[in-house]
Amino acid sequence: MNEPALHGMAQTKKDRSAPVLRPGNTNCGGCGMSNLLQMLSRAAEDSDIKIVIPACCAAITTGVFPESSISVPTILTTFAAGASVATGVASVAQLNNEETRVICLAGDGGTYDIGMGTLSAAAERNEDILYICYDNEIYGNTGGQRSSATPTGASTTTTLGGKSEVKKDIMGIMAAHHIPYAASISLAHADDTLRKLRFALNVKGFRFLHVLAPCPTGWKSEPAVSIELVRLAVRSGLFPIFEVFDGDHYTINIEPDFSSEALLMYLSLQRRFRKSGVTEEAIRPNIERYWHQLRAMSGRIMPAIRNIKAD
Amino acid sequence: MSVELISANHAAALGATLAGRANRTARGFCSGVYPITPTTECMEYLCGQEIEKGKVVRVDSEHSAMGVCIGASSAGARSFTATSSNGLAYMLENCVAAASYRLPIVMAVSNRTLGPPWNIWADHGDSLLLRDLGWLQFYCADNQEVFDTVLCAFKLAEDPRVLMPAISCMDGFILSHTMAQVEIPGQKLVDRFLPTTKVPHRLNKSAHTLGQLEIPQQAVAHRTQHHQAMLAAVQVYAEIQDSFEEIFGRRVADPVVAYHADDADTLIVSMGTIGTTAERVVDQLREQGQRVGSIRVRMFRPMPENDLRKYFAGTKRIAVLDRNISLGYGGVLWGEIRGFSDPDAIVQGYMVGVAGGDVRREHIINLLTDLQQCKTESAPKIVEVA
Ligand SMILES: Cc1ncc(C[n+]2csc(CCOP(=O)(O)OP(=O)(O)O)c2C)c(N)n1
Ligand code: SF4
Ligand SMILES: [Mg+2]
Repeated sequence: MNEPALHGMAQTKKDRSAPVLRPGNTNCGGCGMSNLLQMLSRAAEDSDIKIVIPACCAAITTGVFPESSISVPTILTTFAAGASVATGVASVAQLNNEETRVICLAGDGGTYDIGMGTLSAAAERNEDILYICYDNEIYGNTGGQRSSATPTGASTTTTLGGKSEVKKDIMGIMAAHHIPYAASISLAHADDTLRKLRFALNVKGFRFLHVLAPCPTGWKSEPAVSIELVRLAVRSGLFPIFEVFDGDHYTINIEPDFSSEALLMYLSLQRRFRKSGVTEEAIRPNIERYWHQLRAMSGRIMPAIRNIKAD
Repeated sequence: MSVELISANHAAALGATLAGRANRTARGFCSGVYPITPTTECMEYLCGQEIEKGKVVRVDSEHSAMGVCIGASSAGARSFTATSSNGLAYMLENCVAAASYRLPIVMAVSNRTLGPPWNIWADHGDSLLLRDLGWLQFYCADNQEVFDTVLCAFKLAEDPRVLMPAISCMDGFILSHTMAQVEIPGQKLVDRFLPTTKVPHRLNKSAHTLGQLEIPQQAVAHRTQHHQAMLAAVQVYAEIQDSFEEIFGRRVADPVVAYHADDADTLIVSMGTIGTTAERVVDQLREQGQRVGSIRVRMFRPMPENDLRKYFAGTKRIAVLDRNISLGYGGVLWGEIRGFSDPDAIVQGYMVGVAGGDVRREHIINLLTDLQQCKTESAPKIVEVA
């Protein structure tokens, strides 16, 4: 599996018999969340999963009652209630000794912003939930306003000239909860992604996955380059791919080349960075600072092995 | 059956505990709870109970408390929470959701004034926030009623003809913190009274999605179903009263509790504990030969309109006592029931005991004196009680 195929059209024997995201859904072309759900189909196979989705694009993905584009029992919740509703569903599964994996699928708004308190509390209680944040770095559902996940220099409908603040460090926040597992996921690195999804599906306790999810509509990018954008974000060091076990054991999974080429390509392929004219010089110190910290946390002085082979 | 001296907060929690245990042979019990005065002792008590196949999640907010209840109920478990005042306001968004999902969650509310300015005393303005959301609502007047109502609320909320959440209210402090004797049935009897919880649309094997987008026609269809189920709850409650009596050997209070109302020319209408004070006023004035009666609206949603019309027929003067203010309008109860009286009756609204004022007999007697002097109905009056 190289590039994840969209909308269940490339269904194989390895996948869940009914794709989590059904064909005919209304997601925009090139939507990173669609890719993620395809990957989830393969990782989850035919295990018993239930999905909780707070208000976000993914809630719209399910479509209009009574049909649904998600082939799994699903509940759509209020914006801040993803992790609390998932707590209830997971608790009842536990009380009944069921093997159900409860997945909370939330956007960056429902994770970094309005749902932060709920999420933090569920993580602190170590509820048996797999929480996946697909991060398109805006409020996509409401037309593309800034969130605290929006990166420096990106224009949104509420930061017309480009956002001046730095993106919130969600992985750091989640790791600080000392949950069993937290990992960032690259949709451009399917093997690593599948390994992490499978692992996260099977661990008990609170698991957090952070997915950079390209959004052509909000990023003003070509749908066809979505996966390439993720690859560039990873290569440039802008989106570090690593995992954290129990909040203290850090492993860097993919070593970037930190090239200017990758960074400049990433910025220039999206019109959202054009207005602010944000430069490599402005972004580089943030990347370096983050990686400095990450290396310290992972206990590595030397760069990690490139493109570590998973499984 | 045992008799225990407990507060109404504990009575509610005990009712929830017994109901929770009664679902051990099905999908269990799961509840999200968060403290707020004057309901804190209810959730604390629940946290101290051993409930087989039960879990009480100590969450981070009331929003999350209702979130957990929604998750638990949508997974088929029995679910309960308790809150007051700003806790209810903070929870409100999820209360909307719980009702529209048609989940049979039960909540105890110790009524308290909304703030700031902070005020911890009784006012019905908090639970009335839920008035139009599709929650069944009960207002209780003593500890036994609080206990009984929690049990009945589960049975009513979970009835397949009803299937929606319910609140059982008690005036903050006046009831929530008052100790009184409460008859507590044994678990076996509660098991008989409360069949196990069945949420037909729970997240199970089929790939359906709860809470999806709807187009207006679908939304209207769902609202219509919800509205009709709410109206049907009056009849279902009557059946529950019979079953309660058969199993527990005593009758749970009516939707409308009438006291010397049949031959009364003047009626005092109220909700919650003011109704008990009104009954003592009726005793006092009856001794003086006055034909006064009391009507306590115990079931507020659905509104037991037929019962009220029956009691109001032929009554010429009605004082409606509201422990709440709908600012810019008047008392909520007054606004809702004034249309049920004879056209020539004077239905005078009094907002009394608002924000925790202690309503005593003399206050009600003064209001009745005012009512007797009315030539016509006037705008609702705010009455200060010292
Ligand atoms: C309490 C509340 N406030 C605001 C909204 C409006 N709203 C719905 S989705 C959304 C943004 C979602 O952003 P995100 O979580 O990043 O998901 P995305 O839409 O980008 O997929 C907002 C602001 C809401 N539904 N509820
Ligand atoms: S707006 Fe963005 S996140 Fe939402 S469906 Fe479209 S591409 Fe996906
Ligand atoms: Mg988003």
